[in-house]
Amino acid sequence: MTHPTSPTPARTHLDNGGSAPLHPSARQAFVQALDEGWADPRRLHAEGRRAAALLDGAREAVAGVLGTRTEEVRFTPSHTASLHAAMAQVARARRRHGGDVVVGAVERAAVLHAADHVAATGQGRRTTVPVDRVGRVDADELASAALADGVALAALQDANGEVGTRQPVARVHAALEGSGVPLLVDAGASVGHAPLPTAWDLLAADPADWGGPRGLGILAVRHRTRTVPAGPEDPDPWAPGGVSVPAAFAAAVSLQAVAQDLAAEDERRRALVDRIRDGVAGVPDVEVVGDPQDRLPHVVTFSFLYVDGEALVTELDRAGYAVGSGSACTAGTLEPSHVLAAMGVLTHGNVRLALDRSTTAEDVERFLAVLPGAVARVRDALGVSGL
Amino acid sequence: MSAGPEVVDARGLRCPLPVVRLAAHAKERPRGTEITVLATDPAARYDVPAWARLRGHAMVAEEQHPGNDETDGRTWWALTVRLED
Repeated sequence: MTHPTSPTPARTHLDNGGSAPLHPSARQAFVQALDEGWADPRRLHAEGRRAAALLDGAREAVAGVLGTRTEEVRFTPSHTASLHAAMAQVARARRRHGGDVVVGAVERAAVLHAADHVAATGQGRRTTVPVDRVGRVDADELASAALADGVALAALQDANGEVGTRQPVARVHAALEGSGVPLLVDAGASVGHAPLPTAWDLLAADPADWGGPRGLGILAVRHRTRTVPAGPEDPDPWAPGGVSVPAAFAAAVSLQAVAQDLAAEDERRRALVDRIRDGVAGVPDVEVVGDPQDRLPHVVTFSFLYVDGEALVTELDRAGYAVGSGSACTAGTLEPSHVLAAMGVLTHGNVRLALDRSTTAEDVERFLAVLPGAVARVRDALGVSGL
Repeated sequence: MSAGPEVVDARGLRCPLPVVRLAAHAKERPRGTEITVLATDPAARYDVPAWARLRGHAMVAEEQHPGNDETDGRTWWALTVRLED
């Protein structure tokens, strides 16, 4: 019996923010650690000690790349868990100073939800500092909100993972110096892609964003920043039950690998993003959003007027391209991206790209060749020509 | 001449249809015309002002209304723009 065979269409994954394909070094390290580090690192026998040695080595390697002390590095079950635990533990330690939490308006949802949660627990409130049209908070405004009475902590991302805009983290951190208000810096979208931030009290990095394994988060906490465990008692309050040793080892090895080619990958992907910005601008009625200069090297986001974002993502998927979107209905919700909303830019017809180290110039050219047709088909379906 | 803004009722329509209906209505209307879009889609309260900015028109007012029988209990917005271009 024969079936007509149609070749599997080639896939191009351009939706790598927080879920990049596994870096070759991460795969290799993971497999190695499965053989050597499968035992429980808390046990005292030879197998346990071998696992513990891998975990210690991973912490030391991460600290080396982040430019911090080994004992300041924690592994957690995920980037979201890092952000939740950081907020909860700092807020608990700062309880007698107050329960308010100050955040930028375009922080990732895990930060906003954690802020609401700890503010409610501490009988405080969340102060949300607005952003301008490119998605950047005003450093002075955020700092002055954070210096008000009753603030437990402030959170500001290093860069926005949806639109790429970098935030004035160093200026905010300098303004808070000596105030006792810790600054949590979510560097989940930037570590592995951009120079490492150095101005922070707590720093969260996401291995899945640079091609490390899923199921692991990295959180660095300066030794002078006080924290108090906020959950049930466990030997590791940052990761109750412990973390996967192979995942931690693979995260550390891949972090070292991406630190090696950071400058070259910055230049290469920045050029690809510039090409995309130019190419997309040729489609009628499009708005490219985010800061065109002071941004992540690999993220680019744009919205097409009179386009259904869900339909466009589906149309591009059919053509072989995986893209992200901040439009309502694409994430199973009626609310559009809070980032696009806070910036005051078009929320419908949104396409979000994050280029991986494996993304090639050819991938970009092929994508730019199919994009105008996909937009036109979605627009035709709505009958919007001439509007 | 005016008896208040012209009304485009886009309640019950999902994005981007409220903006599409607004743009269709605005076509060939003279400069200075005020149009109020009614929408239950939460994206409309961001996208109508963004459309106005992209097209060089002005936002005049934004009102939020609690849900009623007509909207199946859903909150809705009345967004008014003035055509400037």
